[in-house]
Amino acid sequence: MGNKLLEIADLSVHFYTPEGIARAVDGVSFYLNAGETIGLVGESGCGKSVTSLAIIGLIPSPPGRIESGRIRFAGRNLRDLDAESLRKIRGHEISMIFQEPMTSLNPVLPIGRQVAEPLMVHQGLSKAEAFEKAADWLDYVKIPAAGKRLNDYPHQLSGGMRQRVMIAMAMVCGPKLLIADEPTTALDVTIQAQILSLMLRLKDELEMSLLLITHDLGVVAQMAARVVVMYAGQVVEEASVSEIFDRPFHPYTQGLLQSMPRIGDRRDGRKQRLKDIPGIVPVLTELIEGCKFADRCPHAFALCRQTQPQLVAVGDKHYARCWLKEYPERRKGDV
Amino acid sequence: MSETPLLNVVDLVKQFPLGGGMLTQPRAWIKAVDGVSFAVAPGESFGLVGESGCGKTTLGRLILRLIEPTSGRVEFGGRDIISLNRSEMSALRQRMQIIFQDPYSSLDPRMRVADIITEPLRATQHTSRNQRRQAAAALLEKVGLRSGDLDKYPHEFSGGQRQRIGIARSLCVRPDLIVADEPVSALDVSIQAQVINLMEDLKEEFNLAYVFISHDLSVVEYICDRIAVMYLGGIVELASTRDFSVSPRHPYTEALLKAVPLPDPHRRTEPFAMEGDVPNPIDPPPGCPFHPRCLYKFDRCPREKPSLIEAGPQHFVACWLNEGKGLRNED
Repeated sequence: MGNKLLEIADLSVHFYTPEGIARAVDGVSFYLNAGETIGLVGESGCGKSVTSLAIIGLIPSPPGRIESGRIRFAGRNLRDLDAESLRKIRGHEISMIFQEPMTSLNPVLPIGRQVAEPLMVHQGLSKAEAFEKAADWLDYVKIPAAGKRLNDYPHQLSGGMRQRVMIAMAMVCGPKLLIADEPTTALDVTIQAQILSLMLRLKDELEMSLLLITHDLGVVAQMAARVVVMYAGQVVEEASVSEIFDRPFHPYTQGLLQSMPRIGDRRDGRKQRLKDIPGIVPVLTELIEGCKFADRCPHAFALCRQTQPQLVAVGDKHYARCWLKEYPERRKGDV
Repeated sequence: MSETPLLNVVDLVKQFPLGGGMLTQPRAWIKAVDGVSFAVAPGESFGLVGESGCGKTTLGRLILRLIEPTSGRVEFGGRDIISLNRSEMSALRQRMQIIFQDPYSSLDPRMRVADIITEPLRATQHTSRNQRRQAAAALLEKVGLRSGDLDKYPHEFSGGQRQRIGIARSLCVRPDLIVADEPVSALDVSIQAQVINLMEDLKEEFNLAYVFISHDLSVVEYICDRIAVMYLGGIVELASTRDFSVSPRHPYTEALLKAVPLPDPHRRTEPFAMEGDVPNPIDPPPGCPFHPRCLYKFDRCPREKPSLIEAGPQHFVACWLNEGKGLRNED
């Protein structure tokens, strides 16, 4: 077992809304080793983005509040730190990139300034030094003619180029952990390939850990070493990427993998009906007694609707939150 | 295709002016759709794929004459719809419908579901309120919602359910053709599969033809019988789905297919990162529009624009490599 850089234990984040308390993150635990890439997978509203915001202390409060749990990063519990210490870690030791680069870049500041800023703030570099380093970084992330683009504004760049600027900004201070929240979802497929290739190169060359939040199982299969699957605010399965794809245990993970059309499926000319997951995700303000997936699960039985299962080992470093571990005979054949 | 096509698009062009006003000339013209031709048979699923800005959405709107073309013809059931007057067009609209990408912005938030679904009926036929409610109830059940939902408003539904409402609306006039513009792109994977299955079932039941517009190759490949790949306003390859995935002939198609991350951790490949961005359509490159990014380009490519030729049976491609010579590096 490697050396744990980030360890989240029993994290709960609630949002106090007019409709009631939304349990956006409900007892989430996982860890990330130094230099490791984890894929945090799940659908809209499963709590994957809220988890990442909690790590860097950016839960909007109110309405949000971290109710409980530990977030240990490089030996410190981030929840014990005051706002100033947390600010020093953010952008310096932990960086984050978001889905839509246009909304995370400042539209009225030139990109050189935006990339140089963390260097001035966190490392105390002079303006000239910071700008020089910013130009190096823009070059490193393959912005063409980077030296001449320092005074360009975000709107002058394409979506892919903006995401490169975001990555340069996130990387300048040499973070130990990069959190990438759907970094390629808004990009076209050929541009996505460029950005993924860039992220792989950065990770290898800089030995950084990557928490990759995505709904795209293709991206996960290509990038991650381990996978954490979330559903309705909880981790429902965790395993190495090959275990997840070869031997998914949780019916939700199985459903996700089966419901995805794959390139080349119709090479033999036949078309098989997609296996969808019936129903919709539960409303987070609703208190659910049993398993949160029970309503959509083809194997669900009485116990599933009464008592919530715990995350238990189902294989080698493979964990799932499902009663089928204790009651394997309840798993139906072909569904 | 031996039978008469349901939809026949001939050399369609749409240019948008850039800048300019009532009295001033536009600064430039953008060729959003630049000489596109294809045909769709009754009951066929025809896919249009390409990246942002390739003109696929504009083409979808032109097919339904929601915008007017600069030149070219759109024939529906043998009639040129561009020459139809308002009332003739309105009658024809019952046979062609559209489903939009964003299930959140394509439904009027102040209308009840019953009225949303039957709006095309109200617009085109004389029907009583009661008849429309009955029709709406039947349609809701058809798309997997409950008839008890008739009086709800769009905000009371999830994204997937709203897309079902959009589909129900498009079905209410019993169309022959549905243009579906990224209908599942905004949906989560598990919900996406539900909507795809629904569209497949409805196609079967009503013998619908789809023009399915998407940037997601795996979805298009799953749904469609034939696929056209667009780049910078033009079709660069048109083939059966099988030929498309087994033997793509245009370097851009090949790049698109290779860029999709495989959902298989045992087949890890270096992401196939084609250099460069899609060129600016205001100032398209000379010759073949793809040549600045093409791995196989040679001296002819920047000079002359290749036209779409039949390089194999029913397999069309616009690329100089298919002029009979095997110039590809790998061959």
